[in-house]
Amino acid sequence: MAVETKTPAPGTMATDDREMLISGSEACAEALTLADLDVVTAYPIRPYDTVMQAIAKKIANGQLEAEYIVAEGEHSQFEIVKHASTVGARVFCGSSGVGWMYAMECLTVTPPLRVPMVCMVGNRALDDPGAFGVEHNDALTVRDLGWLLIWVDTAQEMLDTTLLAYRIAEDRRVFLPIAISADGAFLTHSQAIVQVPTRAKVDKFLPPYNRGDLQLHPDNPITVAPQANEDWVIEIRRQNNEAMNRAYTVIEEAYADFRKTFGRGPENPWFEEYMTEDAEVILMGMGTISLPFKVGIRNMRAKGMKVGLIRPRWFRPFPTEKMVAALQGAKAIGVIDRDYSFGSPFGSGVVANEIRAAMYNADKRPPLLSFICGLGGREVTLEDVYKATDLCFEAAKSGKSPLKTQWLGVRE
Amino acid sequence: MAEVFANATQILEPFRGVKKVTIEEYFTSGHRTCQGCESALVMKLMVKAAGPRTIVLGATGCMYVANTTYYTTPWVVPWMHTQLGSSGSAALGTAAGLKALMKKGKMKSEPINVIAFCGDGGGADMGLGAISATLTHKEYNSLILMYDNESYANTDIQLSGSTPYGANTTFSPPGKVRRLIHTRWKKNTAAMLAAGHTECRYVGTVCASYAVEMMNKVRKALSIGGPTFIHSLDPCPKGWDYDPMLSHELGELAVECGVFPLYEVEDGVVRHYGKTKAIVEGRPRKPVREYLLKQGRFAHFTEEDLEYFQAKVDEMWNEWEIPGVIPFKKAPAGK
Repeated sequence: MAVETKTPAPGTMATDDREMLISGSEACAEALTLADLDVVTAYPIRPYDTVMQAIAKKIANGQLEAEYIVAEGEHSQFEIVKHASTVGARVFCGSSGVGWMYAMECLTVTPPLRVPMVCMVGNRALDDPGAFGVEHNDALTVRDLGWLLIWVDTAQEMLDTTLLAYRIAEDRRVFLPIAISADGAFLTHSQAIVQVPTRAKVDKFLPPYNRGDLQLHPDNPITVAPQANEDWVIEIRRQNNEAMNRAYTVIEEAYADFRKTFGRGPENPWFEEYMTEDAEVILMGMGTISLPFKVGIRNMRAKGMKVGLIRPRWFRPFPTEKMVAALQGAKAIGVIDRDYSFGSPFGSGVVANEIRAAMYNADKRPPLLSFICGLGGREVTLEDVYKATDLCFEAAKSGKSPLKTQWLGVRE
Repeated sequence: MAEVFANATQILEPFRGVKKVTIEEYFTSGHRTCQGCESALVMKLMVKAAGPRTIVLGATGCMYVANTTYYTTPWVVPWMHTQLGSSGSAALGTAAGLKALMKKGKMKSEPINVIAFCGDGGGADMGLGAISATLTHKEYNSLILMYDNESYANTDIQLSGSTPYGANTTFSPPGKVRRLIHTRWKKNTAAMLAAGHTECRYVGTVCASYAVEMMNKVRKALSIGGPTFIHSLDPCPKGWDYDPMLSHELGELAVECGVFPLYEVEDGVVRHYGKTKAIVEGRPRKPVREYLLKQGRFAHFTEEDLEYFQAKVDEMWNEWEIPGVIPFKKAPAGK
């Protein structure tokens, strides 16, 4: 059974790594320090702001030398780092929920300017109602804008992904921004043992940011982002799309090199497979929702039920062929969205609709069930997991996809 | 060694007279601004004053759209577009990026001028918050220049927070029932920013009708260091509706009528200068009607409107704490 993201066995881990008990946000801050960040901007909103608190402390303690700018709003936060990046600085910022939405104009203009910013979205429900709990709609709003978009699950993955993100984004073949999605509270605030590599190893893996002939500098007097109207817009969009396409190769290369350098990391960058090898029912969900699902799956496996989990990491670019191949063997697929798309086809979540789109041309199209669960940070219970699985087994038996989207754990 | 330049600026001595102004241009042909466009002149003089070791950032507005239509650029120095409300953030981010790279030895250390410009829409309205924030970050050197043509001149002449009282714009057209749609008084942007950011070392107002003076203010702002702000009043033939040959004359009239006073706040000291200084020292102001009636945007004004406008300008000169600058009045004794 494929259990892929396990902690490396003792002895396989490089001995000079440090072990730290830290939260997902602190793991991100460790990675940023190792990446020798130059400019960072902060603005408070829960839960992402914990990463900024961790960075502030590192700067205060002299562990990281970077320009640390507390901005007056998210719009400015993202514009400040965008411009710092254009003169050649390695930058970081982030936000959560409606704060991420407040920056939306700046998020929109970043990919066509080919600014390889790395940002964190501490996933949070959108207002109103004001809520601090996790939902994925905030990050999903950049889905169609040219951002690379990845969901992480553990503090270790947060650290590793942050290092990978700079390597991938700053590759001249890509040169696009990355949003790293981390579930609010469940990941940003929860502590776990994390292997922190040495700076020497990181330097080996992550070359300095080189903006090359796009650098804004008096020695390179270029005009950036002129006004194009109907001329050239389609060509610019096409170039963005080609950069996104090139990201497939760059991501695979980066993960391979990561494994070589650090002795850990997934074989398959795109998604985690948990007990899927012989699974009749494959459940799918992004981020920390994997935890209750893995527990439920272990319990069901003990009863002989053949069920597994696929946890997508990269959402943009979307690993269509690999995902379709991984789903071909299943008799039913259950997609659990921690997001919503009101009025979408079958009222499904964003991920479910994406998987349906990916499967349309597949040779085999197992029944696909759409579930919406855990919105606003609502606890996802084992009962929810069992209910979803039971419905999937029913569909496997009948061979038909029920069109209705099921909302799990809702007070009716 | 890198630390030496951490907050160093280029020292740009003032041009002593028009004959001493340098020949080199850093904003040249390739733009598509209207005939008589004062703002294009402001761009040209601004970067001429700053010199070649300069990065210019332009917020959305007519000086973006008309200047850098793709395949052409008048900018000889590096130039980049920023969002309508982001001139402050662009200046701050660029300055911070340069500083970080120089401090950490990742870039050759030298003082590089960072100038971000915005129109009155981007500066007095949408981008005010970001400009305000940038003016509090005293460790980063930059200049924000607001070219104020008193409307959203790029999008069809809509009123902004900087449009004068009563002006005819596409958002405030005079009609059969309501003669005046826009009855708000123009924002006092430069003084507001100077008063509210006590560590900002330089805020000034300029008008390109007085070109050498204007360039010297830019040079002073860039040399003094930290974040600085300049407010330029730019007559706009299209938005103000006048013969393009009158641009300079209208700029002069705005100053001579006392509508747009020229002053600077340098390290907390207010100085009036040029024609404005003469007014403060007793030279009579020209009546505002001379200024207003040369512009089509005030053609619907009645005598009553002209009187109201004149009374407001008089108040600014006769009753303000600092004439034409700070609108507070001292409380009468005993009250």
